[in-house]
Amino acid sequence: MTAVMGTVMGTSLRRKEDPRLLTGEARFVDDLVLPGARWLAMVRSPEAHARITAIDATAALDTPGVEAVLTGKELREAWTQPMPCAWPVTDDMKNPVHFPVAVDEACYVGDIVAVVVASSRYAARDGAEAVDVTYERLPAVVDLEDALSDRVLVHEGLGTNRSYTWTLAPDPPAVDRAFAGAAHTVRARYVQQRLIPEAMEPRGVAVVPQPVGGEIVLYSSTQIPHILRVMVGLTLGIPEQKVRIIAPAVGGGFGSKLNVYAEELIAVALARRLGGPVRWTEERRENAVATIQGRGQIQDIELAADADGKVTAVRVQILADMGAYLQLVTPGIPLLGAFLYHGVYAIPAYSFECTGVFTTKTPTDAYRGAGRPEASYAIERAMDEMAHEIGLAPDEIRRRNYIQPEQFPYASPAGLTFDSGDYEPTLDRALELVGYEGIRKEQADRRASGSTRHLGVGMATYVEMCGLAPSRVLASLNYVAGGWESATVRLLPTGKAQVVSGTTPHGQGHETCWSMIVADKFGIDPDDVEVLHSDTAVSPLGLDTYGSRSLAVGGVAVELAAQKVLDKARLIAAHQMEANEDDLEFVGGAFQVKGSPASAVPIQALAFEAFTAHNLPDGMEPNLAEQVTFDPPNFVFPFGTHAAVVEVDEETGEIRLLDYAAVDDCGNQVNPMIVAGQLHGGIVQGIAQALWEEAVYDEDGQLLNATLVDYLVPTAAELPNFKLDHTVTPSPTNSLGVKGVGEAGTIGSAPTIINAVVDALSHLGIRDVTMPATPQRVWKLIEEAKAR
Amino acid sequence: MQVSIALNGATSEHEVEPRLLLVHYLRDVAGLTGTNVGCDTSSCGACTVLLDGMSVKSCTVLAVQADGRAVTTIEGLATNGELHPMQAAFREHHGLQCGFCTPGMVLAAVSLAAEGGAGDEAAVREGLEGNLCRCTGYQNIVAAVLDGANGNGVRS
Amino acid sequence: MITAPFDYVRADSVDHAVQLLGTHGEDAKLLAGGHSLLPLMKLRLATPSVLIDVGRLAELSYVRDGGDHVAIGALTSHHDVATSDMVATDVPLLRRVAGQIGDPQVRHLGTIGGSVVHGDPASDMPAAMLALRATFVTVGPGGQREHSVDGFFTGFLETAIGADEVLTEIRVPKVPMAGWSFQKFQRRAQDWAVVGVACVRNDTVGIGLVNMGSTSLRATAVEDALGSGASIADAAALADEGTEPVDDLNASPEYRRHLAHVLVRRALEEASR
Repeated sequence: MTAVMGTVMGTSLRRKEDPRLLTGEARFVDDLVLPGARWLAMVRSPEAHARITAIDATAALDTPGVEAVLTGKELREAWTQPMPCAWPVTDDMKNPVHFPVAVDEACYVGDIVAVVVASSRYAARDGAEAVDVTYERLPAVVDLEDALSDRVLVHEGLGTNRSYTWTLAPDPPAVDRAFAGAAHTVRARYVQQRLIPEAMEPRGVAVVPQPVGGEIVLYSSTQIPHILRVMVGLTLGIPEQKVRIIAPAVGGGFGSKLNVYAEELIAVALARRLGGPVRWTEERRENAVATIQGRGQIQDIELAADADGKVTAVRVQILADMGAYLQLVTPGIPLLGAFLYHGVYAIPAYSFECTGVFTTKTPTDAYRGAGRPEASYAIERAMDEMAHEIGLAPDEIRRRNYIQPEQFPYASPAGLTFDSGDYEPTLDRALELVGYEGIRKEQADRRASGSTRHLGVGMATYVEMCGLAPSRVLASLNYVAGGWESATVRLLPTGKAQVVSGTTPHGQGHETCWSMIVADKFGIDPDDVEVLHSDTAVSPLGLDTYGSRSLAVGGVAVELAAQKVLDKARLIAAHQMEANEDDLEFVGGAFQVKGSPASAVPIQALAFEAFTAHNLPDGMEPNLAEQVTFDPPNFVFPFGTHAAVVEVDEETGEIRLLDYAAVDDCGNQVNPMIVAGQLHGGIVQGIAQALWEEAVYDEDGQLLNATLVDYLVPTAAELPNFKLDHTVTPSPTNSLGVKGVGEAGTIGSAPTIINAVVDALSHLGIRDVTMPATPQRVWKLIEEAKAR
Repeated sequence: MQVSIALNGATSEHEVEPRLLLVHYLRDVAGLTGTNVGCDTSSCGACTVLLDGMSVKSCTVLAVQADGRAVTTIEGLATNGELHPMQAAFREHHGLQCGFCTPGMVLAAVSLAAEGGAGDEAAVREGLEGNLCRCTGYQNIVAAVLDGANGNGVRS
Repeated sequence: MITAPFDYVRADSVDHAVQLLGTHGEDAKLLAGGHSLLPLMKLRLATPSVLIDVGRLAELSYVRDGGDHVAIGALTSHHDVATSDMVATDVPLLRRVAGQIGDPQVRHLGTIGGSVVHGDPASDMPAAMLALRATFVTVGPGGQREHSVDGFFTGFLETAIGADEVLTEIRVPKVPMAGWSFQKFQRRAQDWAVVGVACVRNDTVGIGLVNMGSTSLRATAVEDALGSGASIADAAALADEGTEPVDDLNASPEYRRHLAHVLVRRALEEASR
């Protein structure tokens, strides 16, 4: 079985979302027609760290169309609280006060120092160019270890750049014993470079105060309308019920729109102050510095193994770049990986510690995978190093250490319970798909012939925790929200179904998938299901879309709500058919007395009966509409093995990706077409980290590649087709047996690529390549290796 | 100055500032918001439209440069509610997720196919080098373009 | 990103363009395809007060047989150059170079003349012009002038063309039987070359280097060495002589010099087959 059984579920139903997106009918924030709206432009600090000594708006105010220029001081009273951080990971975590517009000091390039209000898009930009800000430059601090030394303080008032140190060490003596008794140890340092998420739609905000009732409608290109609503209420002192958030069409997020941003709060404040609509659209150059960045970690990992290559302990220390401020979940990102540094392996002794430091750079936060790609990278690279140390093949060391199928549910040394898994078949299949034996032979032939085109094959098996999350577990991690999801399913009088979901899709195809779940449940056409979402007035309960949670939490909530509707419909059917409900069966969208098709009453007819309420069982409320809030009992743990074949040109350092196979297991698949699409995109983002992307800062804290000319998001021309296959190991912890898939590709692909690159160069004595493996970097390594 | 553009087959005439970019003309003046702005540096191709039938990046064209010429946007591609074969192929092959790059990607593909540049996978991959997508990893886009360009994928 | 405001005038002939340049002086810029100029203006790195649009001068968009050379109108798009049968037959290197500039959208609007007069050392077309020993025809108040490609690229984004002149034609000697190669080392297909090498070889050799200094450069030392009978390997080792490559995110000067050696060697090998 490769999919959830059902007429619709398990099929590659074409997406309901597509026609409006393909015709230009969909409305992104910048597409909204808002007569009379003023345009905002942000004046941003060009300095990484500076005191703001003067702001001269004279020239800006003389610019045609410019109405006002507001500084941080002038807007200070608009905020009843600073910008929110919802994840104080430790009780003593340092969290600098952060207002949407800097008041005295700018702490990163891009920090907002003033806001221009103008009559048009162009006038706002002209005004921003004309604002004259005088800065007194302060020293920048860019390097993480330099930051930790407190040589330069980002926030003088905190007295330190250390935000927190968080530890997960269940049994430190056991770790020490394992290392003391180890036959083999490896110790490695990996750098997770900063990445710019680069959702294709830059952020946009529009705020429309309603003419009556005092309600504020905030349209935002956000993944989290529900969380944003709470935070807008808190930071601006507006009663929550007076705030309505709408996320219209949202052009990708990858975690970067999982945040509460200054521009959202500024727009609300100014719309209220001006008594009319305002809007703002981010430019790409702005996006690079004003939207959060991802990764930014130095990882020190050590493994201990016995003589047979069984890994006995893992010890990890992370230094994580917070950037200048803590955004919504900045400090928690490394913790999402904290439990996964033993990867797919049964490693008994475990120790993890993470220190978060402030630097004068754009804040970091969630970016596709958020903590888990980092963890997967470190353990999968380190396993290759251990294999090399021991003299084992990379597949062999993995086989010797996998958690075995019979060990599930697996109590991990980090304290989690892995729901289900069977890892080795994914390795077997991935290696088969790339023709592993043949590649090894060709590799040997090329090496023997003295070729300068070195062939390498790499693999990585990953597991991740997603489907965020059991609320109680989040509580134990100091996260200040729950992890449940809400769904309402209604059968309307005419028999059409309506789903209200608390998830907030921005490319994932929830409308299609939730329709499929409901269509199967009711035996109706998916086109007869409408899915409503992303508007807090329509969907007041929800915790939004991130962390590969939507299907495993929100989709399951939909299934449970639909089941409740069906259960109620059964009672109505039994009542009207004067039958015992246990004697009824639900076949092809109708209830019938078992074995008696002639008695069938379609679900649509029951919907009408529930609506008229003329003949319902005593005490039953009219209508078929049920709401469910699902708080999952556990995370879900998707896994898989990826394998890649690369060719490295010794003369130039250029890497060509020749082949890539991914064998993933996300449990049951509701829509295999969408699963494959998520994997394709995820894989490319991981490959991009491995080969192309890095937010490069100079020592003054200037971002050197803020545009898409210089920040190398790969194009179709750089990539091959991927060979996908899957296994199906359903999760036992939810009714659909599903796991998440949004981040899996990214989690698997970066270590796969680098393992392949290192494999290609291993015979030259090269043991590691820092990401991104640029041609220059690889060439230099080869030159150094030759000189040794 | 005054511009007159044959926009999706109808004449669109407006007085514009010389610096008005074609993409902002389409979006803010003509009200056709299907053409998106993704990067500002003519890197991402989200703003791709057809100018006299050939793909161009409308963030790097002035509205005044399009004066007297024909512009086709994504809104002008479907006819009588029927998706253009290239649009249909994108849906069939799941060549879009968030959909933000999609209008530009589809129009780039239509132009590529019209020039005979969509013959095989390698050609399509090269031919789409000017369009970035962050969601799909391109694999399904490439499949869609190959299919959309095949036979009736190109409309004269 | 949005440009600063400017005035816009349309030239209806080459003479009109020259006249407008005279009227508006230094603050005016010619607008052809706009694919070099508009990006700079949107970053507000260029803020001309007047744009003179020559993009509609259809008489400057052509590929013609000039006898011993192919004559290409300055406003011919990269796309039209890349798809011209005459170019394909008589100057196949030029076809390849034009077909790899930017991306299809850029090639549809960007012009060969715009590329040449922009004088960007990271641009492929000027290096190809050097390799092919092209001649440029300009028209100014004093009439028509011809410029050899050698000496034309005078500095970073600077050429020998006068501020009051308009480039009208590019003359590229026909080399139908010559070996040729274009080696473009780049991170992504749409990117500028980290280093590029355009090479033509028949009884003589022409080699232009992309991104190896503040201007496009001729690999003179390599050409001379080959002329004196050096081997490809020995000649290619001179590829970085006289270059001053920049340091940027993609490459250090040292790496660029190394790439020049490798790419020139590969270009010569391919062109000599």
